[in-house]
Amino acid sequence: MSVSNERELAGLAEQVLANAKRAGGPAAEVEVLVERVDMGLTRFANSYIHQNVAEATTTVRVRLHAGGRTAAGSTTVTTPDALADLVDRTLAAARLSPTDPGWPGLAPPAAPRGRGYVDERIVDASPEQRAGLVRAFVDAAGGLTTAGYASTQYWQTAFVNSNDHSAYAATTQVVLDGVARTASSDGTGRAAGVRLTDVDGGVLGARAAAKARAAADPVELRPGRYEVVLEPPAVADMLHFLAVHCFNAKAVGEGRSFAELGAPQFDPAVSLIDDASANGTGLPFDVQGTPRARLHLVAAGVTAGLAHDRRTAAEAGTASTGHAQLDRHTGPIATNLSLKPPPGPAPIVTPGPAADSSVAALVARIKRGILVSDHWYTRVLDPKSLVVTGLTRNGVWLIENGEPTTALRNFRFTQSYPLALAPGAVLGVGTHAMTLPGEWPAAAHVTPALHLATWHFSGGASG
Amino acid sequence: MTYFDVATAAVEAALAAGARYADARVMHRRTESMSARNGEIEDLTQGEDAGVGVRALVGSGWGFFAAPDLSDRAARGAGTRAARIAASSLAVPGPAAELLPGAPVVASWESECLVDPLSVPLSDKGDLLVGATGQAHATGADVAEGRYEIWDTSKWFVSSEGHRIDQHVRECGGGIASTVVGLAETQRRSYPCYRGQYGTRGWELVTELDLAAHATRITEEAKALLTAPICPVGETTLILGGEQVALQIHESVGHAIELDRILGWEAGFAGTSWLDLAQLGRMRYGSDLMNIVIDPTIAGALGSFGFDDEGTPATARDAVREGRWVGVLAGRDSASVAGLDYAGSVRAEGWAKLPMVRMTNVGLRPGPHTLDEIIASTDDGVYMETNRSWSIDDKRLNFQFGCEIGWEVRNGKLGRMVRNPVYTGVGPSFWQSMDMLSGEVVAWGTPNCGKGQPAQVGHTGHPAAPARFRNVRVGVRA
Repeated sequence: MSVSNERELAGLAEQVLANAKRAGGPAAEVEVLVERVDMGLTRFANSYIHQNVAEATTTVRVRLHAGGRTAAGSTTVTTPDALADLVDRTLAAARLSPTDPGWPGLAPPAAPRGRGYVDERIVDASPEQRAGLVRAFVDAAGGLTTAGYASTQYWQTAFVNSNDHSAYAATTQVVLDGVARTASSDGTGRAAGVRLTDVDGGVLGARAAAKARAAADPVELRPGRYEVVLEPPAVADMLHFLAVHCFNAKAVGEGRSFAELGAPQFDPAVSLIDDASANGTGLPFDVQGTPRARLHLVAAGVTAGLAHDRRTAAEAGTASTGHAQLDRHTGPIATNLSLKPPPGPAPIVTPGPAADSSVAALVARIKRGILVSDHWYTRVLDPKSLVVTGLTRNGVWLIENGEPTTALRNFRFTQSYPLALAPGAVLGVGTHAMTLPGEWPAAAHVTPALHLATWHFSGGASG
Repeated sequence: MTYFDVATAAVEAALAAGARYADARVMHRRTESMSARNGEIEDLTQGEDAGVGVRALVGSGWGFFAAPDLSDRAARGAGTRAARIAASSLAVPGPAAELLPGAPVVASWESECLVDPLSVPLSDKGDLLVGATGQAHATGADVAEGRYEIWDTSKWFVSSEGHRIDQHVRECGGGIASTVVGLAETQRRSYPCYRGQYGTRGWELVTELDLAAHATRITEEAKALLTAPICPVGETTLILGGEQVALQIHESVGHAIELDRILGWEAGFAGTSWLDLAQLGRMRYGSDLMNIVIDPTIAGALGSFGFDDEGTPATARDAVREGRWVGVLAGRDSASVAGLDYAGSVRAEGWAKLPMVRMTNVGLRPGPHTLDEIIASTDDGVYMETNRSWSIDDKRLNFQFGCEIGWEVRNGKLGRMVRNPVYTGVGPSFWQSMDMLSGEVVAWGTPNCGKGQPAQVGHTGHPAAPARFRNVRVGVRA
C-alpha cells in the first residue's frame, strides 16, 4: 500500500484550520478531520478471483460554525488551492444557512485512550497476500464452489479544532468472508481481526464447506415460534440494530427507541459494552474529536448507557461518549459492540454444522429447536418496538434432543429483537466470542452465540 | 494536461505493465445535501471528490486501482498498480475472460437540466425545508424531517480500444416525512415517497414536488395511523401505489435480472438469482400485463446516462415482454461469458469504485387502467402506499414489504385506513397474479441501491404505476 504518515495528515489538518481561522475570523469555530484509507479487497466467485481492487484516498472534512450558523464540507483534492477553496466554499455556505441554535460547541482538548492498533503486515499487505488467503479458503473447501472476499484496510485519522484540540489515531483490519456451496446449500466462514494472522483461510474454508455439506438437501419445516441457537453472525446482526435504533441517544430523545436507562429490559445474561479498544478495530475518538469512552450499554440485563455525540449530550445535559457520526441525521452510533461471554473452555472444531464446540454446547441443551448460521436482508418494521424482518442464510438445521438432525430450507422471520433478549428469554450464552466485521469503517462486533427461548419464523423462504 | 490526458496516461501505464485491455475514468463530483428537522436546519454538507480509477485485464485476471490525484505521475502509477493487481488475480485463476466486441466511441453527453441545483441559493433551499418541516411539526409531527441531495458529476472515459467519452450528469431530489410517536410504536408518512423523489434533472424537480403543500396532510395521516386498526391478516387482493410498485420492480425484477448475479459472481454477498439463463426467452415471469423495459435513455429518470462506464451507448431493451423473460442487465465481460450480444449496464459509484453490473432505469410499460378504475373494480382487498421496509432473499424470490399506510377496499371504494400494512410473496407467482395495471406511470428514482464489495451505492430509476395483484398474503406480524 502507498502510505501517508501522521505528520502529513496532521499537516493537512493544520493547514485547513489555519485557512479557516484566517477566512472566518477569530470567532469562527472550526473542526477539521483528515481521513486516509488504504484498502485492498480481493473478491472471488465460482472459486476464482473475479474482482480485485485497491484504493488509497485522503478525504479532508471541515465543519465551521460562524455567526451562529453551521456548514460542513469535504474534498479528496488536497492541493493548496483546493483546500483553500474548501474553506471558502464552506464558510460561504455557513453564512447563507439558517441559524443553528443547537450548536453544541467544539470538543475540548482531551487525550483519547490510545492511538489505535496497527499491524504493519496489514499496512504492507500485497494483492498477492490477499490472493493467498483466497487460495487457502478455496483449497480447504474440498471441491465445493466458493465465493467471498479477503480485504486488508488501514485507516488513519487526524483531527484538529480551533479549541486547541488535536488527535491522531490509526487502525488496521483484515477480513475474510466466504461461502462454500453445494447444489442446494451454502455454508459460511467469516472472521475479522486487527492482525493479518487473525484470519486463516484454511480454517474458514473448511468451516464453510462443513456447514454447506451439512446443509445440503434441506427440507421445509412449518413456520412458527421455535427455540433457537443463533450463531455469532446472526447475533452480530441483532447488535447492529440495537446500536442504531436502541442505544442511539438521538432516537431516545425523539421517543423512537425503547431504551429506558436503569430499567431491566434485557435478560440478566446480557451484558453489552461498546469499546473501540477492546478488539482493537475501532478508532479511539469520533469525528468531533471526542475520546470514545468504554461504554456500558447493558449491565446484567439493565439498560445502563446510551451513545451520545456532542449535540445529543447537550440536549440531554450529559457528556458526549464519543460516538458522533458524519451524518448528523443518523445520530450517535456504537460501532464496536461486545457481548460478554461467560467463562468456558477454548473452542474446538466439532463435527456437524455447529461453528465450534461452544455453539455445540448450546445446541446440546435443546430438545427441539432450530440452529441458525446467519441472517440476511434484515429491515426494521418499527424502530420503537424494533420489530425486524429478514431471512436465514448459509445454513439452518432442526435440533432434536440436543443434536442438529435435519437441514432446513431458509425461513423468513418477523421478530422484535428486544423481546428476543428480554428477561427470561436468553437461555444460554456461548463461551466463545467471534470478531465480525461491522457495517461502518473501523467497526466490528465481538459476540458469542445465543440460545433464545423463542424466535418467530413467520414464513418459509420458498413461499 | 486535460482530464482525457490523465485517463490516457493511466491506460498507457496499464498496457505497459502487461495489461491486454485497460480503461480509465477520471471523475470530478460536487455534492450537496441539506436536512431539516422540526423547522430547523439539521445538517448542511457540501462535498467534492476527484480521482482516477483504472481497470486492467491481464490474462484472465482483472485488477482495479483508484487514486485521488490527477497528475500524470499518479495516473501512470495507478495504471501500473491496476495491472499488478490483475496479475495477482491469476493466483486463483478462472476461465478465459473476454469482452463483448464494441466499436470505440468518441462522444460527449450531458443530462437535461433547467435550473442548476448548485446555483440555487442555500437560503432558498433552507427556507423550503425549514418551512415544510416547521409546518409538519406545528401540525403535530413529533419528528418532521426534510432533505434534499444534489450530485453534479463530470467524467472522462478512455479505453485501450479507443473510447474517448465525456459526460456531465446532474441529479437531485428530496422529500419530507412526518413521524409520530405512540406508546408502543411509531408511525411515519412520507412525501412524495420514502426518502423522496430523485432524477437526472435540475432543481425544477424539487420545485415541482411542492413539499410544503403536503406537510399537513402527511402529518395528519401519521397521527391517524396511531389509532387506526391494524392491517388484517390473510390472503386478499392487493392494490399497490406506483412508488411501491417501483420498489417491487427494483427488488424482485431489477436485481434478479443482473447478469453477474445470474452467473454467480455475487454469490458471496448480494446473492445469486433464481433465474436460469437456459430459460431466457422462454420462461414466464409474470402476467401478460407485465412489460419491463431496461431504458437508460429516459429523459430525467435517475438511471439515465449517455454511455455506461464501459463506454457502451445507452439503449432501450426489453427485459420482460408480455410476461415472458427476454433480457438481462449485462456488461461486456458478463455478456461474453453468457453468450449474449449486448451490454450497457455497467456503472460505478465513483472514480474509486470498480464498475459492475447495475440497474439503469428498469420499469413497467403503462397498463390500460387507472388507479380509480382498479379500486372501482375491486370488491374486497387492501390498498397500500409508500414503502416503509423491504426485505428479499438472496435469490430474489421471497420478499416481504411493509408500507406506511393502507386502506381496506370494499365494493369498489376505499374504506377504513389500516396501520402497519405488510405483504409477502414469491416473485414469479406474485407478478403472474397482476391482473390490472394503471397507465399513470412515474419514473421513481432510487438513490440508495447497495451492491458490491466494497459497498457501492447506485442511482436507479423505475417507471411504475399502480397495479393490482390477486391472492396475496398480507398482515404478517411479529
